[in-house]
Amino acid sequence: MTPQPSTSAACSKPLSDTASVLQLDDVRYRWPGRASFGLHVPDLSLAQAETILLLGESGSGKSTLLSLICGTIIADTGRISVSGTDIAALSAGQRDRFRAEQIGLIFQQFNLLPFANVQDNILLPLKFAPERRNRVTDPNTQAAQLCNDLGLPTGVMSAKAGTLSVGQQQRVAAARALIGMPPLIIADEPTSSLDAATQATFLDLLFAQSRAHGTTVLMVSHDARLSDQFDRVIHMADVAQTVRDAA
Amino acid sequence: MILRLAFGSLIARSLTVCMTILAIALSVALFLGVEKVRTGAKASFADTISGTDLIVGARSGSVQLLLYSVFRIGNATNNMTWESYQDIADRPEVDWIVPISLGDSHRQFRVMGTTQAFFERYKYRSGQSLALRDGALMDDLFDTVIGADVAATLGYDIEDPIVVAHGLASFTEHEDQPFQVSGILEKTGTPVDRTVIVSLEAIEAIHVDWQSGAQIPGQSTPADVLRQMELQPQAITAALVGVKGRLQVFGLQRSINEYPQEPLLAILPGVALQELWQIVGIAETALIGVSAMVIITALIGMMATIFSSLNERRREMAIFRAMGARPRVILGLLVLEAVIMAALGAVLGLGLLYVGLFIGQPLIDSAFGLWLPIEPPSLRELWVLLGVVAAGAIVSMIPALRAYRMSLADGMMVRI
Repeated sequence: MTPQPSTSAACSKPLSDTASVLQLDDVRYRWPGRASFGLHVPDLSLAQAETILLLGESGSGKSTLLSLICGTIIADTGRISVSGTDIAALSAGQRDRFRAEQIGLIFQQFNLLPFANVQDNILLPLKFAPERRNRVTDPNTQAAQLCNDLGLPTGVMSAKAGTLSVGQQQRVAAARALIGMPPLIIADEPTSSLDAATQATFLDLLFAQSRAHGTTVLMVSHDARLSDQFDRVIHMADVAQTVRDAA
Repeated sequence: MILRLAFGSLIARSLTVCMTILAIALSVALFLGVEKVRTGAKASFADTISGTDLIVGARSGSVQLLLYSVFRIGNATNNMTWESYQDIADRPEVDWIVPISLGDSHRQFRVMGTTQAFFERYKYRSGQSLALRDGALMDDLFDTVIGADVAATLGYDIEDPIVVAHGLASFTEHEDQPFQVSGILEKTGTPVDRTVIVSLEAIEAIHVDWQSGAQIPGQSTPADVLRQMELQPQAITAALVGVKGRLQVFGLQRSINEYPQEPLLAILPGVALQELWQIVGIAETALIGVSAMVIITALIGMMATIFSSLNERRREMAIFRAMGARPRVILGLLVLEAVIMAALGAVLGLGLLYVGLFIGQPLIDSAFGLWLPIEPPSLRELWVLLGVVAAGAIVSMIPALRAYRMSLADGMMVRI
């Protein structure tokens, strides 16, 4: 497969400190078939190695915003660029690969394939992202190293993901997001299924890794108590307007 | 790794997956088993008679002549005269000729009058000769050799007496001239097993005191007198003919069919067997059709299983999508899964077939005289297996396309 010029340029180009990893300009989106709900993001920019907490109540359009950034849905107007690439310019297949190359994802829960072992779960995104795969010299060692750094017990690699505790599963998900050092990690309420003490530890471990690799972390949550641990806190209401027409 | 994940996903749902595989395996085993029985039956059908170049009888249909002369099914509408028999026997092309006289019965079994030459000339299963399991060939006029099934069904042993009934399913018996079992044949899997064989003269002898199908009242010639008599038959039912050279078969057949003194019919056993099989073949096609339906049912069952698993696996598919898998990877995964299940089912089905053959082979042989050979799978069977896997892949496209659409709509966000 010949690499897309735009994506390879984005990957190989050394990012300056001021370059934004994620940039949204005047993005508008309206759910098809649901004329009453739409989202408008005038301007949102994330710098490299930043950790940002995006706070918003449920129904404020957080999930829609994440889907837009990940390219599983496409904005009606406006421009979304990840590492300098306008994702709307890519085909659907290219967007899927681009997502694998550029973005590490952590969900609220049920992140992992329960029947697969930890190692396969961590290495899964590399399967769909050859460039990210090439950045890792030895994937197995790298995966084990990340597990170790995230405080997972040794020997966890061969365990079935479904047998781990929820906290351990979230760390495995973090290791999966970190492997191959994508420029951007998006976490959708990754700590909401954890208790307060575990939450803090999880974020400490995640940030230690992301800072070490210069990765930007965008975390979405409704929990303002986490604010202290982040470089910047953005309120959903400040960056995006949900549009609700009179039905 | 993708293959490993597909296997992992299957193992995680092992119960339903195993049931699906088992259903496919059973249907495949059934289909291949029917195929085995069909080809085995066809082969043993064709093996019923070999080494005979022509069968000659009174003019009727070729299938009818074959049925009554070889399979002992139905009756001759007419006999051929002894003079015609002699004429054919004297022809230079004829290497050997064996007369057959049918018409009487013993219990449910047919009685066949013939000469000693029958035991040399009658061949089955590509040239195998009849062999005696017990006793000796007919020596005395009232000696009889019986087939293996006759002995087994009626519990006869050497020197047991047999009373032959006149005609078939008849109440008039040739009580005054009882026969004695002199020999019992090995099982052959042919109609010979169900035949009571006597000498041609014996058939004449028991009818000496008979006229127009009934015994002349008060008349019964003693056996010793009969033994002294010149028992030249007036007519026989049919004759098996062997020619000296293969090329002379057709010439002899034509001249017998055009025999001016009497309307006769000469048939090539192989050709008549083919004709007969074409009639039986309809049932064969029906059998194949039914077992193919069973395979289709099993595959539709698999499709239903995949369909019902889609909902519980939305999360799994969303994870794949989030990790950068295109929707077509999801489609491919589901088809791959179906192919794995169908392939495992096909291989397991083949295994079941062989287990069944090992257990069933001697039982089927002794019960039906049907020998099913245990051989490595034929090319045709391998195509069937491949066809099952391909059909599995095609059938799984339906749920896979649905998953494709679902994963396009869901993206990576699934709220369960």
